[in-house]
This record gives sequence, structure tokens and C-alpha cells, in this order.
Amino acid sequence: MSVTAEARVTGAELIEEVLKAYPEKSAKRRAKHLTVHEEGKSDCDVKSNIKSLPGVMTVRGCAYAGSKGVVWGPIKDMIHISHGPVGCGQYSWASRRNYYIGTTGIDSFGTMQFTSDFQEKDIVFGGDKKLEKIIDEIEVLFPLNKGISIQSECPIGLIGDDIEAVAKKKTKEYDGKTIVPVRCEGFRGVSQSLGHHIANDTIRDFIFDKVDPEKNKFVATPYDVAIIGDYNIGGDAWSSRILLEEMGLRVIAQWSGDGSIAELENTPKAKLNILHCYRSMNYISRHMEEKYGIPWVEYNFFGPSKIEESLRKIAGFFDDSIKEKTEEVIAKYKALTDAVIEKYKTRLQGKRVMLFVGGLRPRHVIGAYEDLGMEVVGTGYEFGHNDDYQRTTDYVKDGTLIYDDVTGYEFEKFVEAIQPDLVGSGIKEKYVFQKMGVPFRQMHSWDYSGPYHGYDGFAIFARDMDMAINNPVWALTKTPWKK
Amino acid sequence: MSQSADKILDHFNLFREPEYKEMFAKKKAEFEYPVPAEDLQHTIEWTKTADYREKNFAREALTVNPAKACQPLGAVFAANGFEGTLPFVHGSQGCVAYYRSHFSRHFKEPTSCVSSSMTEDAAVFGGLNNMIDGLANAHSLYKPKMIAVSTTCMAEVIGDDINAYIKTAKEKGSVPQEYDVPFAHTPAFVGSHITGYDNALMGVIKHFWDGKAGTVPALVREPNDSINFIGGFDGYVVGNNREIRRIFDQFDINYTMLCDPSDAWDTPTDGEFRMYDGGTTLEDTANALHAKATIVMQSISTEKTAAFIEAHGQEVVHLHHPVGVAGTDKLLMELSRITGKDIPEELTRERGRLVDAIADSSAHLHGKKFALYGDPDLMLGLTAFLLELGAEPVHVLSTNGNKDWAEKVQALLDASPFGKNCHAYPGKDLWHMRSLLFTEPVDFLIGNTYGKYLDRDTKTPLIRIGFPIFDRHHKHRYPVWGYQGSLNVLVTILDKIFDEMDNDTNGIATTDYSFDIIR
Repeated sequence: MSVTAEARVTGAELIEEVLKAYPEKSAKRRAKHLTVHEEGKSDCDVKSNIKSLPGVMTVRGCAYAGSKGVVWGPIKDMIHISHGPVGCGQYSWASRRNYYIGTTGIDSFGTMQFTSDFQEKDIVFGGDKKLEKIIDEIEVLFPLNKGISIQSECPIGLIGDDIEAVAKKKTKEYDGKTIVPVRCEGFRGVSQSLGHHIANDTIRDFIFDKVDPEKNKFVATPYDVAIIGDYNIGGDAWSSRILLEEMGLRVIAQWSGDGSIAELENTPKAKLNILHCYRSMNYISRHMEEKYGIPWVEYNFFGPSKIEESLRKIAGFFDDSIKEKTEEVIAKYKALTDAVIEKYKTRLQGKRVMLFVGGLRPRHVIGAYEDLGMEVVGTGYEFGHNDDYQRTTDYVKDGTLIYDDVTGYEFEKFVEAIQPDLVGSGIKEKYVFQKMGVPFRQMHSWDYSGPYHGYDGFAIFARDMDMAINNPVWALTKTPWKK
Repeated sequence: MSQSADKILDHFNLFREPEYKEMFAKKKAEFEYPVPAEDLQHTIEWTKTADYREKNFAREALTVNPAKACQPLGAVFAANGFEGTLPFVHGSQGCVAYYRSHFSRHFKEPTSCVSSSMTEDAAVFGGLNNMIDGLANAHSLYKPKMIAVSTTCMAEVIGDDINAYIKTAKEKGSVPQEYDVPFAHTPAFVGSHITGYDNALMGVIKHFWDGKAGTVPALVREPNDSINFIGGFDGYVVGNNREIRRIFDQFDINYTMLCDPSDAWDTPTDGEFRMYDGGTTLEDTANALHAKATIVMQSISTEKTAAFIEAHGQEVVHLHHPVGVAGTDKLLMELSRITGKDIPEELTRERGRLVDAIADSSAHLHGKKFALYGDPDLMLGLTAFLLELGAEPVHVLSTNGNKDWAEKVQALLDASPFGKNCHAYPGKDLWHMRSLLFTEPVDFLIGNTYGKYLDRDTKTPLIRIGFPIFDRHHKHRYPVWGYQGSLNVLVTILDKIFDEMDNDTNGIATTDYSFDIIR
């Protein structure tokens, strides 16, 4: 039996074993989310984007997290109101590391928590009046804000508040000011994912469709592109942007890390939308393609192999001058990536990784690990859809364990059995695996490091993976006098 | 290109390189349509003024940077303090992801908790099926000894009857009939995380004392000589509960710590993940009814629970997060009074050592002005301690403190000459604090991690005491209670004072005459 066939059998046995712990009905439902990948298939063959089972400890968040936390929150010169009780805004306050440059509290508001702090009377009598007053108070105290979004928490949709009417009224009152009501109540949908979609739709409806296209006196060039779906975690969008500019392109907007409202407004003038996080922003990219005829292209800026491939793919949309410069960029960074690989590959060669993340990362980072001689033996999406799993087949090898919306129990058992050299997941998972003596990196927040995108980011990525795996602490976890 | 394999630059230094700085400037100028520089400068300065403060304090609806979280967070904290207990939050699932992340960022530990994952259909039809399936799944997978149920605002708004739901789930066989599933309603739109702690803790105690939701006869109190201890919602629970145990052991008192997550949030890294560790046993929780008295360390955080215990015939000693000499004296004297035992000599010596340390350092503390914010009980404890040190707690702010709390703070301030011109600010947030710090500056700020934004904006050095502390490690392992804990607080404050003193006197050939080697 070949190695991969063996992996497939062990993987299938492992899944079977894990499912035994569930009540019968739940085991049946979970079985559809777990599989061992077979090379050559065009799909991972798992169910996805359906409801999590109650009580199983899903890693998933909610629509509010997808809208406020992911899409809207990073737009720095707008104020995003967490509309409802205090908690949602508190727990998501500045925790996602969407870097930006600006004077916080004056012309930028990214690391602040604006909330309507709902009380019982707001639930009973409705919160619309309070919302109106909040907008008035914002206009007095934060006069340089360039727009307001209303991020609905669970109660808003349940008590029948009309935030759209409030937004409309206040927009009129403040001379056409951009005020965006977002129906991202946490109970909508099955994960963050619907929140992304809802947020995308509100950008379409309240930015594209409402704002005067001539507002910004924007002069277009043939080389204008927009970065879509990069949240600038630890500066990712910056270490990406620098490459695009070196290629000769003009990045007219960042969606949404370090983004501003003017950048959103001007995006329909781009010649090409380049899309990193497909999951969270494919909706608006498709819309711009349909409405404004802007093509979009997916790219991957993790690790030199994928970066090189992506740079050429993007350059393919432009003339020879761009293509030439792109080759120069690739050549320019070759020495850096060779040196990074030479330094770290010997230390990381053959190390096995298990991932469980959101967005694009369960597939996108695989190439970067492979550039370092590492192997991804298990991966899964927190809130992926079928099109994500289809795309994943281009990345994963035969025998890779695939787990959609993994539960705490499954993940622990999988790692226990597979014994990877590294687990990459989130803060909720980090300490579980470190207790088990397994090296871990947070692959949402880059574990407070980063950037990981682009050539500059790859060096940091390599350093961090080495730091995690070859940390001397892992030699200390076994107590010498205990058998 | 600044990056190299030899010296890898990450976000701290990479973006200070010229190619990035140039890129940022271009992005701003060409694509951000920034506000004119003079408007920016004007607004920056305006937010520092008395005029801005007046407008800021006139806010009636908007909350900016509050220092409080919502009820279910406290409920998860409370549930985590019981043996083998899995917190189960009935409502939307995103909330649970937030609570788990929040605690893990503070304690650097895993936090296990499940959700009943209610979605649109549950919003319409109620979450009964979610409860039935959720309890069954959680019980099968995670084999807890007890599942403690609380609620998110979604379940509360639609009015789910969780008592009835749990009963139905038991009938459907989700968990055995006699299995312990205490519950509490913890709506996020009432109170704060400390209210949720209170409700959930009372839910657990009530379950065991009052006949498990009508399924068994209520227990009958048979008083014994044991003492109960309730710490309240406490970011230092790991260090504090161990320190309190040490004190009780020195007294040789029989005691029950009601809600003790100090082991669950401090498990070793030794190759094994312990989903549950330590905690108050279910048996001890039931037997706590018979105790002679209960010490409540943070009365505001435990209002309802305390009243419930009193109604069951026990004396309750109400404290407000005692820190310092007099605060700890009171704790020990109350313990002595209730138990009839003398205060152990070793603790008496510890008292003397704390007084010794204060005397040694008081020249650096005397008259220093402080602003502080946090949970109401913590504020009362710290205010009393600062006054004891001869420092001035000029601004004492609590987002989840009410008028009664403010009166208590005022009483402390009025009783000390160092409390003159000091004020309590109930229900205010950190944006109010920003105005206070600009218009009535102080020497130091005491608060949680979010205070770093105030430190940056107003240049008031932040001393990190409170919850959450995300950006410093392991502080929760050190107690802030007892004489030893108070010594930790004293040293934390002094370290910052001395660091600032050095930072302020290290100008070569300008100020470094005062860069003293002995302080």
C-alpha cells in the first residue's frame, strides 16, 4: 500500500472513531463534514455552510462578526456603531489587528468601541430614538468622521427596529452624509459568512448606489487596481501593495484594511479588482464585474511560489510594460526568498502541519508551508462554502484530512492521533494544543506578528513557524520523573 | 528593499523603512482624501478643552470605549468555577466564540464553553430543539459532571423558558433525569458581566439548595462551623484564590470556596489538555448551605447571591474587593470574629511587612495623583488603598458602577484628607475619562489594557490593574488580595512610578543630574 493510500485508510478510521462519541443523529450529520481527500477529485466532498450542531463547541462566530469585525470595521475614517447590548463591540474591540494609519479618535476610529449599550428599556420601547441621538452626538463629538455604519446585534431584528428609516432620516438631516444600516444580527445565517455577504451588499447599496460618482474628482489611469479582501492584519495589505506598485500598478483602494470611505467610493473606477479573500468579498467583486464591467482575479500572496504565480496572473491583465516590471520584481526578491528558504528549510523540512482557519487561509497558506519543505496533512474551514472546498483541491494532497466546521472534540482527537509538528488555528484553540505539547501558531491574528503577505511577509512567516516548532520549551513538557 | 533573511523585520520595524513610509504618504495624499491638516490639528486640540469635556459629558445615548462587558461573560466565568462543569450558553453561537476568545486572551488558557447555536428558525419558533440537541451533544462529547446554562440576549428577547426547556430535554433523554443542569437568565441588556456572574452563581447555588428546580426536596440547613468564600468576577482569580486558601489554611478554618476557576484557568503544559480541572465540587456546593457564614469579597458583583444566602439563614460578610492594610485587616478580623479563632501570628507578621514596605516607599507615593477605572468593587478597594498610601484618587470611574457605588466612593474620599477634590464617576466610559485626563491631569492612570489608548493620547502612564489585561502576561497569577497581594499591587504601582522617574530624568546633560542610582 502506498503512503498516501495508507493515510487515507488511517484517516477514514480516525473519522469513524471520532464519530462514535456523538449521539447517533449528530454523528450522521457530522459525518458529512469530514473526509479524507482523494487526489483527482474536483471537490473535497464535504458538506459546508450549514448550521452547526448545538452543544458541540463550534469555532464559528456570527454575522455581526463577519460584518463589523471583518468587512466594515477596518474602514478607518468611518464610525461603526455596535448597535445593541455592550458585549459584541467589547469582545471585538481592536482584537483583529487591522492596522491603519490615522489619528484615532479624531480622523480615524478603528481601535475604538462605539456602542448603543442597550438597556432593558431600549428592548421594550425600541432603540430607534436612541440611535438618532447617538448619530447626533457623534456629529458633535467626532466632527471629522466621514460616515457612520450601524452594525446590528441580535436584538435589533427581533424587536422590529427600523434602522433603515433612522439612517435615511439622518442622511438627509446631515446633507447626504453616508450612514449605512447593516442587518448583520448575530442569529442570521450559520456563521460569519452571511455577515460578509450582508456587509458587501450594504457597500453596494449605500456607497456605490448613493454616492455621487464625481464627488472625489478622481482621475483614472490604465493601471488602476483595487486590493479586495485584505484586512491588513499585522500590515498584510501594505506588504502586498508595495509589490503591486513596484509592478507599475496604481492601487486606488484597499478593501478594507487601512481603507477609507473615499477608496470604497472610487473603486468602481478600477481597471481590475484583485481579490485575496474570496470568501468574504467575492460578492462585491461579482457585482462590480456585472455593473461596471470590472474584471476580478483571485491571487495568493503567501509564499514565493504562489506570489510569483499571482504576480504574473495579475500582470496578464495589463500591457507589456507591466509584464516586464513584474519579472523585474520577481527577480529582485529572488535573493531574499532563496536566503529565507535556505535558512529555514533545513529546520522545517518534512514537518507536518494541521490547519483550521477561516476565509482563504485553509488553502492559501499551504503553498507557503510547502516552499519551506513542510506538508499540510489536515485542513478545514470555519465558514467555507462549497466553492472554497472546490478551490482547495488545487492545493491539498491525496490523504489530507478535511474537516469542515470542526468541533472542539474532533480537532483534539485528530491532533492527538495524527501528532502534527504544528497546528495553525485561532486563539480558542491555541492553548488546548500547547497544553498537549504541540507547537501552535494563531493563523487569524498571526499570533501578534506579521505581516505574512508578500515577499517581506514570507520572511516573517518562515521565522515564526521555525520559532514555534523549534522552541526549546517543547522539550520540557514531559516531566522526567514521570513515566 | 529592507527585508533580509539575516535580520528579519516584522511589523514593529518593517513599516518604518523609507519605502513603506513613502508608500503610506502617497496612499493618503492620492486616495484617502484626508481632512485638511489644519482641521485635524484644530480638532485634536479642541478635544483637550473644557468645552469639549462639557459636550462629552452631555452625552445621553452614545457610549464610547466602555469599561464593562455583558452578562453571559460573567456567567461563563461562574460556571467555570465548578468541578467538571461545562458552561452552556443558550442563544446565538457567535457570543460564545467571543467569551472564549476574551478569557483566553486574558488568562492565556483554553476556555471551554458551548452554545446552543440558535439561528433564524429558532428566533421564530424558540430554541427548544437547540436545547434538546445541545444538551445531548455536549453531554455525549465532553462528559461534564454538570452543565450550567445561561442565556444570550437573543434567547432573552424572544423569551425562551429555559427552565421548561431543560425539563423537556431531560424527558427526551438528552441527559439523565437526575443530571445537574442549573440555569440562569443573563440578558446582556441588563447590568454587566458582574451581574451575569451574580445570576449564574446564584443559579448554581439555588439549584443545589432549593431542590433542583422542583425535582427533589429542598435541603434543610443544619448549621456547622464552616465558612463559605465567594470571590466575585475577578481577573486575578488564579492568584487570589490560592492566596485566600493559604490564609484560610493558616487560620485552620473549614471552608468552601464557592466558584473557584483558579485551576481551570491555570493548567500545566505537560502533554495533556485538561478540559476540566479543580473547581468547587458539587457536593461542597450543596453542603455550603450549612455553613456558619459567607464571606463575599465583592459585594456589588454578588448582590443577589448574597441576598439569597442571607435568606437561607446565613450571615454574610459584605466586602468591596479589599486591598491594602485596613481592607485586609477587616477581612481577617471578620474571619476571626465569625470563627472565634485568633488571627495567626504569621499573618500578623505579614501585616507588619506590608506596613514596612509602605513606609519605605511612601515618599514616592505621597500626594501623587491617580485616575482609576474598572469594576465597582475593585474601585472601592483600590481607592481605599491609594488613600492609605497618601496618594490622591482624583478620578474614580466605573462604567458599571451606579449611584450607590458613587456614594460609597465619596464616603471613602470624604473620610481622608487625601480625598479632597477627588470625585467618583458612575456610568461613565473611557472617552469621558479622556476628557478628565486632559482637563484635570493626574500623574498616573490605573486600569485594564484598554487604558493604553488613554496613556497614548494623554501621556498619563498606565498602571495595568483590572480586567482584561491582554497585553501583559501572567499578571493573573499574582494575587492582589491579602497582605501579600496588596504588596503586589504596591510594587506594581511603584515600578511604574520609578520607571517614569527614570524616563523623565535621562536627558543627557539636561536632566540626568536627577538620574539617581538610589531612589
